[in-house]
Amino acid sequence: MSWFASVSDAMLVLGGMALVFGAILGFAAIRFKVEGDPIVDQIDSILPQTQCGQCGYPGCRPYAEAIANGDAINKCPPGGQATINQLANLLDVEAVPLDEEHGSEDIKKVAFIREDECIGCTKCIQACPVDAILGAAKQMHTVIADECTGCDLCVEPCPVDCIDMIPVETTPRSWVWEKPGAHSQLIATDKIGEIRGAA
Amino acid sequence: MAHTTERTRSSRRIWDIPGGVHPPEHKAQSMQLPLAHIPLAPSLIVPLSQHIGAPAIALVKEGDRVLKGQKIAEADGPISAPVHAPTSGTVTRIGDYTMPHPSGLQAEAIEISSDFSDTWCELYPMQDYRERDRSEVLHHIRECGIAGLGGAGFPAAIKLNPKGNAPIDTLILNGTECEPYITADDTIMRVRPEEIVAGAEILAHLLHEPADVLIGIEDNKPEAIKEMREACEGTRFEVVVFPTKYPSGGEKQLIQILTGREVPSEHLPAEVGVICQNVGTAAAIYRAIQFGEPLVSRITTVVGEALDIQRNIEVPLGTPVGHILANHGIDREQMAKIVIGGPMMGFTVQDERVPVVKTTNCILVPARKELPAPVPAQPCIRCGICAEACPASLLPQQLYWYARAEDYEKLEAYSIKDCIECGACAYVCPSHIPLVQYYRAAKGTMREAEQEKLKSDRARERFEFRKARLEKAEQEKEAKRQARKKAAEEARKRKAAQPASDKAGTSGASSEADVVAAALARVKAKESSPEQQKARAERSVKSAQERVQKLEEKASAAEGTQRDQLQAQLKAAQLKLGEAQQKLTALDQPEKTSSAAAAVDAAIARARNKAAMSPLEKAQKSVDSLRQRIQKMEEKIPQEQDAELQAALRDNHRKFQEKLVVAEQELAQLQQQEPGEATTPPAGNDKAQQAIERARAAAQARAGMSDEEKLAAELSSLEQRVEKARQRLRKAQDEGNENVPAFQAALDKMENKLAEKRQQMGEQQ
Amino acid sequence: MALMHASSPHTAQPQTSANIMQLVLAAMVPGIVALVAYFGVGVLFNLALCGLTALASEALMLKLRGRPIGFYLRDYSALVTAALLAVALPPYCPWWIPVVGTATAIILAKQLYGGLGFNPFNPAMVGYVVLLISFPVEMTLWVAPATVEHGLPDIEEAFSLVFGNYQVDGFTMATPLEIVRHNNSIIMSQLYNEEPVLAKGSIAGAGWEMVNLAFLVGGLYLLYRKVFTWHAPVGMLAALFLLSTVFYDSGSSLSEGSPLLHLFSGATMLGAFFIITDPVSSATSTRGRLYFGIGVGILVFVIRVWGSYPDAVAFAVLLMNFAAPLIDNYTLPRTYGHAAPRRATEKED
Ligand code: SF4
Ligand code: SF4
Ligand code: SF4
Ligand code: SF4
Repeated sequence: MSWFASVSDAMLVLGGMALVFGAILGFAAIRFKVEGDPIVDQIDSILPQTQCGQCGYPGCRPYAEAIANGDAINKCPPGGQATINQLANLLDVEAVPLDEEHGSEDIKKVAFIREDECIGCTKCIQACPVDAILGAAKQMHTVIADECTGCDLCVEPCPVDCIDMIPVETTPRSWVWEKPGAHSQLIATDKIGEIRGAA
Repeated sequence: MAHTTERTRSSRRIWDIPGGVHPPEHKAQSMQLPLAHIPLAPSLIVPLSQHIGAPAIALVKEGDRVLKGQKIAEADGPISAPVHAPTSGTVTRIGDYTMPHPSGLQAEAIEISSDFSDTWCELYPMQDYRERDRSEVLHHIRECGIAGLGGAGFPAAIKLNPKGNAPIDTLILNGTECEPYITADDTIMRVRPEEIVAGAEILAHLLHEPADVLIGIEDNKPEAIKEMREACEGTRFEVVVFPTKYPSGGEKQLIQILTGREVPSEHLPAEVGVICQNVGTAAAIYRAIQFGEPLVSRITTVVGEALDIQRNIEVPLGTPVGHILANHGIDREQMAKIVIGGPMMGFTVQDERVPVVKTTNCILVPARKELPAPVPAQPCIRCGICAEACPASLLPQQLYWYARAEDYEKLEAYSIKDCIECGACAYVCPSHIPLVQYYRAAKGTMREAEQEKLKSDRARERFEFRKARLEKAEQEKEAKRQARKKAAEEARKRKAAQPASDKAGTSGASSEADVVAAALARVKAKESSPEQQKARAERSVKSAQERVQKLEEKASAAEGTQRDQLQAQLKAAQLKLGEAQQKLTALDQPEKTSSAAAAVDAAIARARNKAAMSPLEKAQKSVDSLRQRIQKMEEKIPQEQDAELQAALRDNHRKFQEKLVVAEQELAQLQQQEPGEATTPPAGNDKAQQAIERARAAAQARAGMSDEEKLAAELSSLEQRVEKARQRLRKAQDEGNENVPAFQAALDKMENKLAEKRQQMGEQQ
Repeated sequence: MALMHASSPHTAQPQTSANIMQLVLAAMVPGIVALVAYFGVGVLFNLALCGLTALASEALMLKLRGRPIGFYLRDYSALVTAALLAVALPPYCPWWIPVVGTATAIILAKQLYGGLGFNPFNPAMVGYVVLLISFPVEMTLWVAPATVEHGLPDIEEAFSLVFGNYQVDGFTMATPLEIVRHNNSIIMSQLYNEEPVLAKGSIAGAGWEMVNLAFLVGGLYLLYRKVFTWHAPVGMLAALFLLSTVFYDSGSSLSEGSPLLHLFSGATMLGAFFIITDPVSSATSTRGRLYFGIGVGILVFVIRVWGSYPDAVAFAVLLMNFAAPLIDNYTLPRTYGHAAPRRATEKED
């Protein structure tokens, strides 16, 4: 039975090694776990958080989850091309143009309630995804412009239609310089004289 | 890094900065004439934001009379500065004015029409500042609205109260003025050196007497150096002279030149123990302490070949640039641009009405040939001359490359935030690339993105919070439901214990249920009054008939698609008519309901008319039927032998009871919506009754009107609003406001709605 | 007239990129004069052919790329490339050599990468290397300097050499570098006595040393005019000098040639002052340029001595062009307020 002894020895050694290495691996897996953001969080952090539902999901996070599960990345109009590009970058897929079916990119807006017309029905509060509207029943309501994401969701429910989406104004404080235009990249149709004149 | 040392008269070591350029100085131009004053402008525009930080908040209103030096706007928050009236007069308007800002946008300002008496208000000096608490002195300086006069306009009091533990060992007064053309600091050092030194004393006192107090001046201002040295005699202050090179006057660069220290990226000079103030600011602080004078005027260089007179003037803040130019013989033919600040870092303005503010150190109006328009940029040849010129040791060509490609990560990596936008790189670039504009655009976009990120993070938080809140509310509701369920259970148990108990107890023994039941009974009595029902039915039959008739007429007259439409409408109307008639007949034979056959008829009619039933009727019906069923069940349950079946029945019973409670509530609400028919509540003070009353009152506002009335009211309000919207649109169009499209869209929407409502109205009548 | 709106600075020094290119062209004049004096009019044919080809191909490419032709032709960069190639080519080479070389340089090495400022490799050197590999025979036939034996071809002969089928063989002679490289039997001083090219010259061969001297003069002028900084040329010359000193072997028969021979022969000075100073394809920072120059110097010596080509500047420059981004990455300047230079590849903590 010596063959059995030697085989069983070998099996014992191998089995022991398997156990030891398994233990080491298991320990390493716990000890050195990569603390990466789950992909959904990363996607969610790119989405603009307007929470407007234009993508067809009830908010940005559900859309992030959907993207993580393979949905298209071009359904978020508030984010526009910039967001699509970032997502494409993150997920290593092609940056496709915005799906116009879900709406088109628009300038930034905030909601504004014409307070003298508001009847205080609180419908808008219920609609606002980020609690950016203040007011109580039968009191006039008002929008905290800083918190408003411009999602448009409060406009529809208002029975007296007293909510306007007003384009965000640029003030001297929020204004930024534009990239130089024609000066930097001349094309064939440019004439130096014209550029000088226009400048 | 090679710090070359140089020995000057003061034998203090000075350091060199990397890079730098030597553009033509053009300083003599404005130094030929002495400091002057110009006649007061008839109206002054005083912006609320002349400093870095939050704009001040106006304290006056239109029509107020103000005196020179009176505070007219208050600081908003810690990083802000108040604003004072630069002369006496009347506030004519508070509104948006074009700002002296590269954007050329408008912001809030106070316009004061001057009364030309220039009367000061009462001033409160603080000459005993050494005996006072430091915070008191700082408060005084802050209240005098003093912000950095050198360029950025950082509120002075904040700088003088450094956070953190780094002790301040060096106070630097910046008299460098390295920009070409500008001589405002040169002038103040020549004519008011004692004020600067006195100001330095105050500053040193506030900073706990730092070891070194240095006054840094470039060697191209011999006159100013002499005056300052004389004024410093007998003090421990030291005038340090160093070679002229642009941009030595940048705060960080000056600190490097005088101390060899570098301010860590994205940190404040105080962290390396240095505080830097402009010489003009020091003088202003002196005047604020000595005479209590707030900052209402400043010395500004008015220079450029397009002017007849080039000099420095002391001018009240708020004076429009146009007024100053008019007083210096402007040649409008020659004027191609107005630069506020110097040629290296200043910005152009398009509107001559922009006022002088606390930071306006120069108004440069070059002749066309003097500072010609930029030539078209050629490609970057990576010559590296820009990197040689950069005082911050950046790689401008790389920054340009990535700024053009909008690669913000790379820009971050190449430290674009450390660029001081001095323009040295763009000045030397042989390809004449507007490098600084690229950096500004990129920085702006990066800043915007940062803010967006903050905002979206906040939005995410709020969204999540809201979700949690809704969930909690849902849970609470669920808990309440459970409680109700329990109550019902108990009631049932009690019931089982005494099966003979009366019906009123079905929905629970609580007084609440009693009240509801009572109300229900009352309403039943009223609502089901056959006369009323009949009258209503007749009315609806009549109106339906009329409508059918009208539609028939129209349909026969119309053609094509319209006709089809009308026909469809007609059909719908006919159906309605049929229903109404049936209802009427059903009502006509109430006595028959007792007989079995009639009961069937009635059921059919009921089913038919279900659609036409008012919600109240519906609710009541469901309450009634629920009650009946519950009663039946209650009878059945004790009879049932099978335990399982009994349990199922009990379960069902419970469910029905829940439903009943809901239905009853609904009913109670609906009852209040028929205010004319609601009866006065019975006497009694218990809670439930009050609640019902409150609910009723709340509903009243909305439900107080009949449908028609409501519609009419809505219609008229809509009409009003459309009118308003039209006016607004017109106004916006007149003003060329950029919101015009938005307004137009809103108006269109409203008009659509109006048309819709009108149509509805027509249908109803 | 509306007031102008522009970003600061509102002023600029008057120098333009075109000025810089013109300066470079001007600084080449002494070198060209020396070339004509010692090697005859051949270089002028090269200049003309290269120049015309450069302008034509540049214009063609600009047209195809939809850019304003006049505006970009006026930056003189095409002419600089042409001139650099022209002086690097052997005089009296057949006309199609400069034409093919220049067209390659402008079209392939410059415009296809996006034009001026976008080319990773020095266009003139790309053109040169393409020619050297494709037409090794034509590219290695150098006429003997005027002061040595045969005498130079006259204008008519030059014409038939360039455009006809006249063979240049009768006028050619090995260059000093080749002579030294192939020698392994006699000691240096003897070699200097025996070989006419070396014998007629004083340090690095007749003609060659003067041409290099002339380019040195032109280069110093550019340095004086601050067209470039000293870093790259000094780096290259110093490296070359050090290496050749080490391998001089005190002039034995195995010597690789004296340091002066290496500095003043071949295309050393042309390379040091006119080719590796091309800012576009070299490293960006001054420190980077120093390393770039050192790298070129080392490679020039290595290829001259152990490679199979007679001169090595072109290969050395192209190889270092490859390395330029790497050098850039490790020679970032330390920005104000930062403790250490930041790598572009490193993220902010
Ligand atoms: S479309 Fe609206 S809800 Fe959807 S991801 Fe974009 S911002 Fe969020
Ligand atoms: S929905 Fe309209 S009416 Fe109702 S509270 Fe909001 S703003 Fe007021
Ligand atoms: S100075 Fe101008 S051309 Fe030269 S590297 Fe800088 S950006 Fe490019
Ligand atoms: S503008 Fe910025 S990059 Fe240019 S020289 Fe000044 S600090 Fe350097």
